[in-house]
Amino acid sequence: MSDMKEQCSQFENALLTLDRVGALRILSAIRQESPEFERMEILISAALESIGLKWEEGGISLSQVYMCGVICEELVESFLPMNEKDRKSFPKMAIAVLEDRHALGKRIVSSIVRSKGYLLLDYGSGLTAGEIVEKALEDKVDVLLISTLMLSSALKVAVVMDLLRQSSSRIKVIAGGAPFRLDPGLWRNVGADADGGNATQILSVIAHVMGGADE
Amino acid sequence: MNMLREMTSMERVMTAIGQKEPDRVPLLLLLSIYGAREMDLPVRDYFSRAENVVVAQCRMLAKYRNDCIYSFFYAPVEVEAWGAEVVYCEEGPPNSGEPFIRTFAQIASLEIPNAKSTACLARVLQATALLKQEVGMNVPIIGVVMSPYSLPVMQMGFERYLEMLYDRPADFEKLMQVNEAFCVSWANAQLEAGATAICYFNPLASPTIIERELYARTGCAVDLRTVARIKGPTATHLASGMAIPVFDDLVKTGTLIAGISAQEDLAVAKQAAAGRLTLLGNLNGLDMVHWDTQNTVRIVREAIQKGAPGGGFLLSDNHGEIPWQVPEEVLMTISEAVRQWGGYPIGRADESSVPHAV
Repeated sequence: MSDMKEQCSQFENALLTLDRVGALRILSAIRQESPEFERMEILISAALESIGLKWEEGGISLSQVYMCGVICEELVESFLPMNEKDRKSFPKMAIAVLEDRHALGKRIVSSIVRSKGYLLLDYGSGLTAGEIVEKALEDKVDVLLISTLMLSSALKVAVVMDLLRQSSSRIKVIAGGAPFRLDPGLWRNVGADADGGNATQILSVIAHVMGGADE
Repeated sequence: MNMLREMTSMERVMTAIGQKEPDRVPLLLLLSIYGAREMDLPVRDYFSRAENVVVAQCRMLAKYRNDCIYSFFYAPVEVEAWGAEVVYCEEGPPNSGEPFIRTFAQIASLEIPNAKSTACLARVLQATALLKQEVGMNVPIIGVVMSPYSLPVMQMGFERYLEMLYDRPADFEKLMQVNEAFCVSWANAQLEAGATAICYFNPLASPTIIERELYARTGCAVDLRTVARIKGPTATHLASGMAIPVFDDLVKTGTLIAGISAQEDLAVAKQAAAGRLTLLGNLNGLDMVHWDTQNTVRIVREAIQKGAPGGGFLLSDNHGEIPWQVPEEVLMTISEAVRQWGGYPIGRADESSVPHAV
């Protein structure tokens, strides 16, 4: 346990100092001890959640969260290619930026989800509520992750929810982005199933909306 | 009982910035798209004519008994000037579309837009000049520029910009040279047209977005050079980002005012500023959408209690723009609460008389 804690701390430090080689060395050592992805995933999850918490507390910046997510995604990609059958395909998930073109939040969440071995469909940015719903229904996703930047876009999540209801869909919608962070009750007001939190908690939120235990 | 004569808005704001107590706390409601709502016009139509902005600003000045005119149109007006797309929506501020810098090689060939001859910027200058005719020296007019350090988020997208910040110092320096020249000329054109001060929006200076070490290595010098060349007073606004950790950096640039995040405590900010900066903030604009009368009065009074004693405080929102969705009644209540509780000297809070949320 203490080994794992120490490894996690070292891995987190490597991420925050953008030391890709050091981070890779730690993951490679774990891979040698335990070829299954699970142990690597536990380490990555713990490090990213700790990083997310530090951002919430003002200890690190959004750009550092972004860079850490990107590095994790790249490292996992090297161990577990995107088309690898071992990638987790349930729940089937998609992500989109509603109306806004700024995709940083989407990229952070995508990196985190993928770095934990999940498959994730990326619908892009600048989409209308109708376009997102159409794609999600066509792909039969279980969970839809919606990223927003502006309040006016965040309020359009209510339109997504209306359209899904009209289609009798049971897709779970998790909304995230600055408006939801600054107004913690907003996700309820727009009828979403959950708030994405600080992005690094996204897998716990997904597990929660799917009715399972938090990760 | 306040024995001071009623000051003009200009006197009130300038006294506060001078770290002295005016007759009452200045109220700076930063209303930009809210003008379209006031005029009952679609956002795109509203901003298509300088005259619309002038009429709305004057109406809102009187209606909310505001202490400033905000000649800001919308953030992407600066990238529109470079030919980039602006995306309009019904009840929100125009947003920047696809970034126009798609490769790092493009940076070398960028040409700086001329503020006076570029239609979208000229409209802002026209509105500023007309507003100056309306309010003269009685009300401060706040113009807006994006910091050269933060503008690339709209010019090239956040991800590509972060890649440049971390890994491409030469490209970063090239872009900063161009952006600094543009920012200075755009700010000075607004001052020349009649703006009293420039709000220098710089969300990336906040450690919420960029870690202080990286900012110190990259953006700090850019801001030092740029603010020094703006020929008028500046307020640095971090657009909801944390400001207290970078107060020392802000002071070095010569800026007089700092926008405070709603997540920061005004009492802590007051102590950290120690008379070196005037605090602007920090009402949560998004939360404001849901405020009832009781909450509004309580929150305004609490902000005044923490930020106002001794001057150096301008009551405003935390982001630099009141959202369209905030009910007019909330703004009226804020204005009324400032009159009721913001007269100097600021009385101590009597807990029993502070209304609490139901």
